[in-house]
Amino acid sequence: MEQRASASLWEWANPVKFLRLTEWLLPWVSWGAAICLAVGLVWGFFFTPDDFRQGSTVKIIYLHVPAALMAINIWIMMLAASLVWVIRRHHVSALAAKAAAPVGVVMTLIALVTGALWGQPMWGTWWAWDPRLTSFLILFLFYLGYVALWEAIENPDTAADLTAVLCLVGSVFALLSRYAVLFWNQGLHQGASLSLDAEENVHDVFYLPLLVCIAGFVLLFVALLLLRTRTEIRARRIKALMARERMG
Amino acid sequence: MIALLSRDLALAVRAGGGFGLGLAFFLIVTVLVPFGVGPDTELLSRIAPGILWVGALLACLLSLDRIFALDWEDGSLDLLATAPLPLEALVSLKALAHWITTGLPLVLAAPVLGVLMSLPPEGYLWIVASLAVGTPALSVIGTFGAALTVGIKRGGLLLSLLVLPLYVPTLIFGAEVARRGAEGLATATPLALLGGVTCGTIALLPFASAAVLRINLR
Repeated sequence: MEQRASASLWEWANPVKFLRLTEWLLPWVSWGAAICLAVGLVWGFFFTPDDFRQGSTVKIIYLHVPAALMAINIWIMMLAASLVWVIRRHHVSALAAKAAAPVGVVMTLIALVTGALWGQPMWGTWWAWDPRLTSFLILFLFYLGYVALWEAIENPDTAADLTAVLCLVGSVFALLSRYAVLFWNQGLHQGASLSLDAEENVHDVFYLPLLVCIAGFVLLFVALLLLRTRTEIRARRIKALMARERMG
Repeated sequence: MIALLSRDLALAVRAGGGFGLGLAFFLIVTVLVPFGVGPDTELLSRIAPGILWVGALLACLLSLDRIFALDWEDGSLDLLATAPLPLEALVSLKALAHWITTGLPLVLAAPVLGVLMSLPPEGYLWIVASLAVGTPALSVIGTFGAALTVGIKRGGLLLSLLVLPLYVPTLIFGAEVARRGAEGLATATPLALLGGVTCGTIALLPFASAAVLRINLR
């Protein structure tokens, strides 16, 4: 058993160890999320100046950008978790992908709704068939299909396998759609507000609270993910216990 | 393989299968649209390529759940899976049969319906070309969706939800070819992209469909 090097990441694939670790981790992450979100949102909403042209509507950026960022990143996390499930058959991984999906749905919805709220006064329309908006609508459909497939299948292992394949195929098509949509229509949406290689991003006055908000959203997602995965593990356990009871 | 293909074709044509259904649906969509938007020829000829493509896509969607459902119910899918034919080949054949019974009639019917939609004369060649290149991708993607939902009772709605976002690139490129063709613009770029989507899905998706089918048959 030289594999027992305890530094291995795969240790935490053991549900018991995962539960123990997350029980310790969860309060920290939750409080971190709460503090970051409170600080970031209050700072962003009340202590930053209005934009020269956009007035106070610019402040929706503190919800819109982090939510949109998370909507994409959650899908990537689900893709990674699905790959781990397909390759190494760790149940916690499949359950984590399952647990992440509804959070992703909500994040996508937040991004779409806040975008519409901002677009109405700024672009004069709630919705435009702009590449970014359209890509997000497609991403939303992918999420819905993924969640619906999980719900539709009784056998948990079959469901995990099928949704993992759907996630892999869906990722390819999501990427394809992204570029297809760019080809189809040039957009209204402004370019990236944040990027790592840009000289200057959004002005610092808006940038710092935005970073705090993004950190808050990331932590919020991690907290929700851990909580929901724990719930899924427990639900699975209850099911197993009930099955055993019926047998005996 | 040929026996399997001809069996599928015979079943589709004879047993009240999806053969006429998709075509009838396509006809209904294109006949109803002018009633909905008004008989203005200019407007109709502008939206004709898009309507024809959307109609073809929906007609395709309508018959997807028949690809595996009947074989699943009477158990012949299990037999086919244990046959010496690899599952990937079976899935490809199923997609091919679906295309011959649904996609091909749509391609052939499109010019006739183009008349109803007062499609500009330059557009006929391109609507046929774009549908001929694009509908195989619709069948292959649809087969993947059908394989995913084969074990689910009343999975029709779920199937549509799963397949809909997967159809987006094909629809965009296909409708773009038809639109540019109808307006007399260069069509090479979207046609090449559409061909790329079709070739890519035909080459890769059967593996995913077969994997999914294996899981469902476990």
